[in-house]
Amino acid sequence: MANKINISINGFPVDIEKGKTILEAAEKQGITIPTLCYHKDLCVAGNCRVCVVEVAGQNRLSAACATPCEEGMEILTNSLKVRNSRKHIIELLLAEHNADCTKCYRNGNCELQKLSSDYKIMTQDFIELAPLKSYSIDTFSPSIIKDDSKCIRCQRCVRTCAELQGVNALTVSHKGDQMKITTFFEKHMRDVVCTNCGQCVNHCPTGALVEKNYIEEVWEAIANPNKHVVVQTAPAVRVGLGEELGLEPGTRVTGQMVAALKRLGFDSVLDTDFTADLTIIEEGTELLTRLKKVIVDGDKDVKLPMATSCSPGWIKYIEHLYPEHLGHLSTCKSPQQMFGALAKTYYAKARNIEPNKIVSVSIMPCTAKKFEAFRPEMHDSGYRDVDYVLTTRELAILIKQAGLDFNKLEPVKYDRLMGESTGAGVIFGVTGGVMEAALRTVYEIVTGREVPFENLNIKPVRGMEAIKEATIKIEKPLKEWAFLDGVEVKCAVAHGLINAKTVMDAVKSGKADYHFIEFMGCPGGCLGGGGQPIPTNPEIRQKRAEAIYAEDGSLTLRKSHENPEVTKLYKDFLGKPLGEKSHHLLHTKYTKRQRY
Amino acid sequence: MDSIQSLIKNLADQHGRKRESLLPIMQAIVEQENYLSEYSMVELAREVDIPAADVYGTATFYSFIETKPAGKYIIRICKTIACAMKGKNQVLFAIQDMLKIKLGETTPDKRFSLLESNCLGWCHKAPAMLINNEVYTELTPEKVREILADYMKKNGQN
Repeated sequence: MANKINISINGFPVDIEKGKTILEAAEKQGITIPTLCYHKDLCVAGNCRVCVVEVAGQNRLSAACATPCEEGMEILTNSLKVRNSRKHIIELLLAEHNADCTKCYRNGNCELQKLSSDYKIMTQDFIELAPLKSYSIDTFSPSIIKDDSKCIRCQRCVRTCAELQGVNALTVSHKGDQMKITTFFEKHMRDVVCTNCGQCVNHCPTGALVEKNYIEEVWEAIANPNKHVVVQTAPAVRVGLGEELGLEPGTRVTGQMVAALKRLGFDSVLDTDFTADLTIIEEGTELLTRLKKVIVDGDKDVKLPMATSCSPGWIKYIEHLYPEHLGHLSTCKSPQQMFGALAKTYYAKARNIEPNKIVSVSIMPCTAKKFEAFRPEMHDSGYRDVDYVLTTRELAILIKQAGLDFNKLEPVKYDRLMGESTGAGVIFGVTGGVMEAALRTVYEIVTGREVPFENLNIKPVRGMEAIKEATIKIEKPLKEWAFLDGVEVKCAVAHGLINAKTVMDAVKSGKADYHFIEFMGCPGGCLGGGGQPIPTNPEIRQKRAEAIYAEDGSLTLRKSHENPEVTKLYKDFLGKPLGEKSHHLLHTKYTKRQRY
Repeated sequence: MDSIQSLIKNLADQHGRKRESLLPIMQAIVEQENYLSEYSMVELAREVDIPAADVYGTATFYSFIETKPAGKYIIRICKTIACAMKGKNQVLFAIQDMLKIKLGETTPDKRFSLLESNCLGWCHKAPAMLINNEVYTELTPEKVREILADYMKKNGQN
C-alpha cells in the first residue's frame, strides 16, 4: 500500500491513492462537494471556489478540485465555516448573474440554479451587478446562442474549445470586473473560427451558451394541416434521449422514441441510419474509385487519404484550419443532408406528395447540424433540404411538452420508405463506427467475402483511444479489383477536433500514409455530440458506446449493402453509386474559410 | 509582404515564436503603430501560430496595449478610490471641457486620447494621471489646464 495515504474526511478515516484530489477522495466516500468550474473532461481551473473545504491547521479554505490529498490531512467538507463561505460564494456568483430563471432555456437543468436551490439562497445581500452591465446576446449563429449576462466565467467553455477541440474560438478577455468570455475582437460566433460543434454548450453549467432551438417552428409545422412533416433520427439520439427523460445512461430507447415521435404528430418517422447506409455505398465506392485512380491510373490530382465527411463540426474545422486540404474530403454529403435531399425528391415522388408541402425535420445529437442544414449549397432538392434540426435535448422538450409518459410507450418500428437500416448505420453514432461500417462493405465488394473479423466486429477501430489505426490486407480480390491484391488498406480514426488536428498535421506534412481516415468532431463521436444530454462525461460516453454496439449486435442486417431499401433506392431512383443523380443529390463541395 | 507583416516578422525573429513572446511583440507593435489593430492581431497570431482569440484575450488584459486607434498623447487618469477621494472627478471634468472629448474618446485632430487606468501607485500624491510615459501628480483643475495647455502648444509646433 505504498502509494496509499491516510486522511480523514469529516472525522472518518479514509485511505486514498496518492495524488488524488480532495474532491475525488470525498466522491469515493459518497460525499458530493458542489462544483461549477470543474468538469471531468477538462483540466482543473479552480476559479469558481464553490468546492471550498476546510483543512485542519490551515486558516484559508482550499478548493477541493485543485488540492491533492496529503498524508494525515483532516478535511471538513461541511463545517460552519465551509457552509457560510460556500453560501457567500454562490451569492456572489448570483449577484453577477442574470438570474431570470423562469425565462431561461436551461431552467431546470442549470448547475447554478441547482446550487442556489440546494443552499436555499433566499435573499440577495450583495448589490446585483448584472442589471448594471450592458450585455448583448449573440443570436446570429444558426447553432449557438451566447448570452453573457448568464455567464459565471468558470471558463469551462474556453477550456473545452481549447483542450477537447483545439479550435480556440473562445477566450477570456479584459480583466477584473470587465473580464468576459468572448471571441476574437468580440465578433459574433458566426463570424469566427467556431465549428458550431456545441461542446461549449454541452459543458456550460448555466444558460450562457445554449443551442438555438427550433421547437416552436416544428410545432407549427406539425399543426399545419397542409404540411407533411417527416422526421429523421440520427443513430446517437436513441442511446442518449433516455437520459433526458430520467433513464440511466446507456439505455436504448429506439422503439419508444419512434412511438413518441408518432404521438407528437409527425406524419412519417424515418431513420437517418437509412442514409448512413447509403453514405457507406457512396463513400465506399468513392474510396475504391480514388484507390483505382491513384494505383492504376497514377492520377496525381486525386487525393489520398480520403477523409469522411459526415461530421459538420469536422467539416467546418477543416474549412477553417486546413483550407488547402479540402481535396482529401469525401464529396459525400452527411447522412442528414442525403436524407434531406431524398425526402423532397425520391420520397415525395414515391408518396405522391408535392415537395413544397414537405417539412423535413431531423433529430440530431449535434448543434453543428443546424448550421449544416443552413448551408447555401444544401438545396439540391430544389428546396431547403432539411428545414429544422432539433437536438436530442430539444426532442426531450417536445416529449415533455406533449405530456407523454415515455416509459409507458410501447416500442414501435420506423415507417417506410427510408426507415430501414442496418447495424452499420447505427454505429455511425460512435467513433470508429463509420470506418467499421465502410470496411464491412468495401471489403466485401472487393473480395466477395465478409470482413475477416469475428462477428463483423472490427475491434481495432473501437474504443475511446484518441487516435486509432487499423490495417486490413486485401487478399484474393475479385477479378475487377485485382489491382488491390496484397494492398494493405491503412485506416485511421480520430474523434474530438484536437485529435483531428494531430492527424491532419501528419497528413499536411506528408507523414501519414493512410488511405482512409474517419473524423468525428466530438469526443466519442456523435454519441458525445454537443446536442446530447447534459452532462456528458467519459463514463457516460462509454455507456452510450456500449449501447450503440449492443444495438448493432441486436440487428440481423449489419452491412450497409444489405439494406433492402437502399438497394431499392438505387433500382428505382438513383441508378448507380456515384451516378449522375447521386452526384447531384448526394454529393457536395466545400468552402475555404479564414483561420483567423 | 506589407509593412505590418514585415514588422511582425522582424519582431518575432527578435523575440521568438512562443506564447511568452506575445507580450514583448505586442508592446513593440503598439510603440510603432500607436495601437494594436485587428489586422495586426491576425498577422501576429499567424506569425506566432497561436489562436487569434488568445492574442485578443492577452491584448485586452493589459491596459497599456491599445486595441483602438489612439491619439498621439494618451492621457490615462487613475480611476481608483484614493484619487477619486482627492478630487479626481473635478480634474477629469477639466480635461473633458478643455479637450471637448469624453472618457474613451480621441480628439478629432488625433492628438489626445482620454482613458482611465487602474492604480498608478501614486496614491500618496493623488490624484494622478499619465500622459504617455510622463506621470503628473497632485492634480487640480488649474494644474491640469496648465499641463494640457503646454501639450497643446507643443502640438501646435509639430
